[in-house]
Amino acid sequence: MTQNGQERPVVLEARGITKRFPGVVANDNVSLKLHKGEVLALLGENGAGKSTLMNILYGLYHQDQGEIYVKGELIRISNPHESIARGIGMVHQHFQLVPVMTVTENIILGNEVTNGPFLDRKQAAERIRTISERYGLAVDPNALVADLDVGMQQRVEIIKALYRNADILILDEPTAVLTPQEADELVRVMRTLTAQGTSIIFITHKLREVLEVADRIIVLRGGKVVGETTPAEATEASLAAMMVGREVILKVEKQPARPGAPVLEVRGLQVRDDRRLLAVKGVDLEVRAGEILGIAGVQGNGQTELVAALTGLRASEAGTVRIAGVDVTNATPRRISELGVAHIPEDRQRDGLVTSYPLTDNSVLELYYLPPFARGVVRNEQAINEHCTRLVAEFDVRTPSIHVPASSLSGGNQQKLIVAREFTRSLKLLIASQPTRGIDVGSIEFIHNQIVKKRDEGVAVLLVSAELDEILSLADRIAVMYHGQIVATVKNGELSREELGLLMAGATLDRSVPVEA
Amino acid sequence: MAQVATDTAIHASAIRQFWDRWSGIVVPILAVFSALVVGAFIIGITGADWYAAYVGLWEGAFGSPRALADTVVRSTPFIICGLGVALAFKAGLFNIGAEGQLYAGAVASVVIGATLQMPPIFHIPTTLIAGALGGTAWAAIAGFLKARTGAHEVINTIMLNYIALRITDWLIRSKTPYILGDPADTTGARSRLIAETARLPGIQVGSSTILHLGIPLAIVLVFVVAWLLYRTTIGFEMRTAGTNPNAARYAGISVPRTIILAMACAGALAGVAGAIEVAGVRGSLSADFFSGLGFDAIAVALLARANPIGIIFSGLLWGSLLTGARLMQVRASLSIDVIKIVQALIIMFVAADQIVRFIYRLPKRKPGEETQLSKGWGG
Repeated sequence: MTQNGQERPVVLEARGITKRFPGVVANDNVSLKLHKGEVLALLGENGAGKSTLMNILYGLYHQDQGEIYVKGELIRISNPHESIARGIGMVHQHFQLVPVMTVTENIILGNEVTNGPFLDRKQAAERIRTISERYGLAVDPNALVADLDVGMQQRVEIIKALYRNADILILDEPTAVLTPQEADELVRVMRTLTAQGTSIIFITHKLREVLEVADRIIVLRGGKVVGETTPAEATEASLAAMMVGREVILKVEKQPARPGAPVLEVRGLQVRDDRRLLAVKGVDLEVRAGEILGIAGVQGNGQTELVAALTGLRASEAGTVRIAGVDVTNATPRRISELGVAHIPEDRQRDGLVTSYPLTDNSVLELYYLPPFARGVVRNEQAINEHCTRLVAEFDVRTPSIHVPASSLSGGNQQKLIVAREFTRSLKLLIASQPTRGIDVGSIEFIHNQIVKKRDEGVAVLLVSAELDEILSLADRIAVMYHGQIVATVKNGELSREELGLLMAGATLDRSVPVEA
Repeated sequence: MAQVATDTAIHASAIRQFWDRWSGIVVPILAVFSALVVGAFIIGITGADWYAAYVGLWEGAFGSPRALADTVVRSTPFIICGLGVALAFKAGLFNIGAEGQLYAGAVASVVIGATLQMPPIFHIPTTLIAGALGGTAWAAIAGFLKARTGAHEVINTIMLNYIALRITDWLIRSKTPYILGDPADTTGARSRLIAETARLPGIQVGSSTILHLGIPLAIVLVFVVAWLLYRTTIGFEMRTAGTNPNAARYAGISVPRTIILAMACAGALAGVAGAIEVAGVRGSLSADFFSGLGFDAIAVALLARANPIGIIFSGLLWGSLLTGARLMQVRASLSIDVIKIVQALIIMFVAADQIVRFIYRLPKRKPGEETQLSKGWGG
């Protein structure tokens, strides 16, 4: 927040950190200083070396070259226990909590307060309460972690670090799983923490947050520090350009939609999740040819189950799904796919690819049985290779060969391969679920343009994304999903970011919202 | 920037790829070598001469034309049955049931071989096909249970092994009435002999060894399975269902159907192996006929990392260890069970290949490489 961060004492300093992995220099002579009570944002694309650097500071990796100073003292951190002892705490992107245990149990895990041979839960709970009050991190010490929402779980992670007396916090992509409101709350917590002397390294690839919360910004690209700036000097565009190394068009250029006939019609759809609980509670949707309907919502509000039911991967409990006029309620994935439905799955490595297969096999994952890729049951390698070569060229998938396993590609290139595969089929409906999650800015730009191009060709697009910005820049209409229901359907532009954020968080708007059937 | 990152990733993957290509061969060979070294120590501890033992093992397996022929005949069922286990592995199934499928196939082949009257040109294929169908039927039970109810194939196939073994035992030993048992056999421990027209033709080597038609058939089956797995859409479905069932479902593959089919194919192979042992070697069936062959087939498949071509070699290794063991026993006055210890050590080293990689400073296994072999446990 303040510009005088430079005068404060340096609590953590990395000098000339270099870390090589076989064939890759993940960190190349990286130096940074963290001052007491400041928020240092570490910005960079996936693969820029942010996580490697943090894992070195946290003791999960050891650097090949370079030195780390904590509070002026040269140290060698060889495991997380040492970094914790030095006051460094880390909140990982994927929480390290035991769901079946209480908040208190999770926080003291590995650092138990004992009274003879017994756990002193009472004393521990007392200390947790003190920490909660001091930093404004309200949480019930006796609640089960499984019962807490994601924002609360993150709070438990932060308290866990503070409980271990951390005064340097590393937050790895902390807002990725939060609603806009929860993210605002996190920002407030970060301010309280820094006001009381805690120093924070905040890792992210979201530009807006960086400008909002950081005191200083360090941008990493290709393992190197490419720039250091402050929110006062930087803009979203200048930061994006630093991250990517060229000018990036953040706004997707698109003409107004010209919607045609309805392609996807969903009526009263109910779907159960893996725990047999109703996750989709009576959803009505309509997507027309040539328009993009964006489903906004915080992860875990039934979007996953909705998409799974639409693509035939999960049985629905009630309701109907019609695609291009054909009733496909509870039809098989193959039947739905054969109607001209492409699906970009939200978890590309789980559903969208067989990562140990070469690109060739992955490029025909759904079409493998059709000519020209197979004659009868015999596969036609040549046709598959030609198809894959074409996809790789057209969609700019960066790979040394079409015969390497998909696992050897970066996330962005894996996603481009999936997009290439799905977009080159003859399409009526495209269901894109989190199409740009965890991929680099350059690939995001490319995939966004491809989605708009498909829309302009007359494809109906259902876009599901937890990133509100993505919905706002792509969708023609927006449906907000909350607790398994569509709580509002509006034209893009009718509601502000904040209003959509409130709806995503389950609030109702004061003024009446025009709701389409 | 994206370019830089990708280029470095490409470089890393090239090294990786080179290693990936060869590790499948290097690691099992080193595992066998390590097992032999540890085995030598164990032989030494028992006070015997390890060198003489191993020379005996080698000569017993490969030292004479007859030894070689014995090894080949002995290896044949390991190869075919191992193929069945490997094919199931590829589809993500841990088929512990090869033993039961062997018996089911052998019983079916005895029924057809002993009861029908046909010229050899029809009788031989009919007998072998009966074996395949017997094994298929037995394995399909486990496949069906897994596909429809999610019942784990490891448990089911183990139980089906017992059922098959006991039913076989009853079929052979029952005297009121005689079912498969041979009234002419006073011990009551073996079935009726199959007709001469159902016996596999072959070349006699030495006094008792016949290089029968099942041996070339085993090699043909290796290539058929390799072709099926890697060149057909059926194999693609099986491998996809085995490696990533979620992606298989996403791709429109019916995972339950694929599981049943893979299990049925695995059973067919084990059943043929059983039929070949009946029609090519003994001419009849007894209740202790296979004595764990179906379990050893799992080891054969594991050692070859479920690679069909590799199974020729791992099958031959298993056959040669068993064949050579007799001479080893004589030369070094050792218990024949020592060879079981060596076999067990090989499996340990293959299964715990991290140890082999550690001892010989090999690169670590990349994540996901082991999925096909371990998936069956996951359910």
